[in-house]
Amino acid sequence: MLARQSPCAIRYQRVHFCLLHSDFFLPFLMPATVKVLERRPLSFLQRTYLPGVLAGMRTTLRHMVAPKITMEYPEQRPPIPAGYRGVPTLVKDPHGREKCVSCQLCEFVCPPKAIRIAPGAVDASGPNAHVEKAPKEFEIDMLRCIYCGLCQEVCPEEAIWLQNLYSLSGRTRSDFVHNKAKLYELGGTLPDTHFKWDKKKAAEEAGNAH
Amino acid sequence: MDLFYQLPLILQLLIKALIVVAVLMGFCLYGSLAERKVSAWIQGRPGPNRTAIPWIAAIPLLGRFLQRLGIFQPLADGGKFLLKEEPVPGHVNWFYFNLAPVLALIPALTTVTVVPFGEYIDAAGRSVPLILADLDLGILFIFAVSSIGVYSTILAGWSSNSRYPFLGGVRASAQLISYELAMSLAVLPLFLVVNGPGSEGSLSLIRVVQWQAGTCWFVFIAPVSAFVYLIALFAETNRLPFDMPEGEAELVGGFHTEYGAFKFGLLMTAEYAHLTVGSAVFTLLFLGGWNPFPGYTWGEAATWTGLALHSGLLGALLALGTFLLKTIVMIFIFMWVRCTLPRFRYDQVMRIGWRVLLPLALANLVVYAIGIAVLTQ
Repeated sequence: MLARQSPCAIRYQRVHFCLLHSDFFLPFLMPATVKVLERRPLSFLQRTYLPGVLAGMRTTLRHMVAPKITMEYPEQRPPIPAGYRGVPTLVKDPHGREKCVSCQLCEFVCPPKAIRIAPGAVDASGPNAHVEKAPKEFEIDMLRCIYCGLCQEVCPEEAIWLQNLYSLSGRTRSDFVHNKAKLYELGGTLPDTHFKWDKKKAAEEAGNAH
Repeated sequence: MDLFYQLPLILQLLIKALIVVAVLMGFCLYGSLAERKVSAWIQGRPGPNRTAIPWIAAIPLLGRFLQRLGIFQPLADGGKFLLKEEPVPGHVNWFYFNLAPVLALIPALTTVTVVPFGEYIDAAGRSVPLILADLDLGILFIFAVSSIGVYSTILAGWSSNSRYPFLGGVRASAQLISYELAMSLAVLPLFLVVNGPGSEGSLSLIRVVQWQAGTCWFVFIAPVSAFVYLIALFAETNRLPFDMPEGEAELVGGFHTEYGAFKFGLLMTAEYAHLTVGSAVFTLLFLGGWNPFPGYTWGEAATWTGLALHSGLLGALLALGTFLLKTIVMIFIFMWVRCTLPRFRYDQVMRIGWRVLLPLALANLVVYAIGIAVLTQ
């Protein structure tokens, strides 16, 4: 091993070795709190390995009767911490109305270009009549999605959320392209204290719409 | 019973042999499950607990319990071994490659013929040992036949025509030959004691068990022999910490790297058969065989309790149960050690075999020979 090193490295190592391992320099090199233990030679019993083997067997036996720590997955699920970035979903507000206004910010920010939004008109007689736009179609390709959460971060309406779902499965590639219906099905309704559109509607009705 | 004895002798023997082989195969099958379960428990896992036969698993409580215990897992494993495609790599020596797994199983199943597993005391009070072939050679036959097993490992390693299996085969041959010496020297003192001056010489295992019933178990009389024999047994059965021929961390799978499907299943079965027979022989030699307590038989236990525990069918079943229980405990110890100790390095294996166990066994033999000579003066 030494033969492969440069002569310089060898000299350095030798000097290093002499300095560190000679007793003369030891008090200067080590702080006073370091306790240097003298290595005693092994006793006969220790050299037979048997006490060590028996101690090891005692340890394994203790582990054998200890409670098992495996989580049996499909039945038991891991606790999901707050702020977890699972599968992106679309959510509705507490009144069950669509929150997304099809601004397409998420589509533009998405690094792997997983999101495709087709904007559409809002039904004039529906509960969202005061909103300019709504998505006609909203697709997230989960084979592209990298779960970065930028869509959630950028959304001005808090309409897209990365929730707790962490395992997706499907039989075809098209199973992994979530359309609008699927996204709302996964997302459900999230509690929301802003009631932005309620306030806006009230302001509009009071005559001071901006 | 009478109907059985009216059958032709060859048919009687065939039926007996089939029963014994079936039980041994059961041990091999469930040995693999026990291995997985024990290592799982020691590693803090529940082990295989999903496989289920729908009708049996549907039984309330019991079905669930059996499923959690993984009782059906070996059936699934066996089915998989049977139904998988049999790959034979193009670079192997076809004849010997196929011969090796067969050759592995033959010695493993042959040794069991001379292993007694209980005794039946008939109405006249005579003891009939439960054994397939009561050979006078006994232990010698077991040593001779089980050492043929090494040929299968060497053949498997050599005929695979590939580096890792070849290394595994070479290691197997060196290891098994080294430890056989210590193993046979370790049991010699036992037979010196059993065949003391004035008695008729015999190497039968039944004789050893009967001798222990009269005095004490050999594990207490000859602890060094038991120790050396046990360690050599670990090496002979290729169990950790002596699994040099397999050494999956360094040799991929060792001698069976190139094997798959049913041939791999046969090699594994042979390994567990060796383990079972080895545990059984250790029980017979050192742990009093089918007698329940050191120095006491079921007959003496019967006089304390006042029950006829020792004679007839009940006695035979008790003896068989005691023997199997001890064997299972020994198998458990093998698995327990496997989960505790890391593998030895190859040079360490050789050093332990030649420089520790062999001198120890030799010294042990000399001490016992002198001791017997002095005591019988």
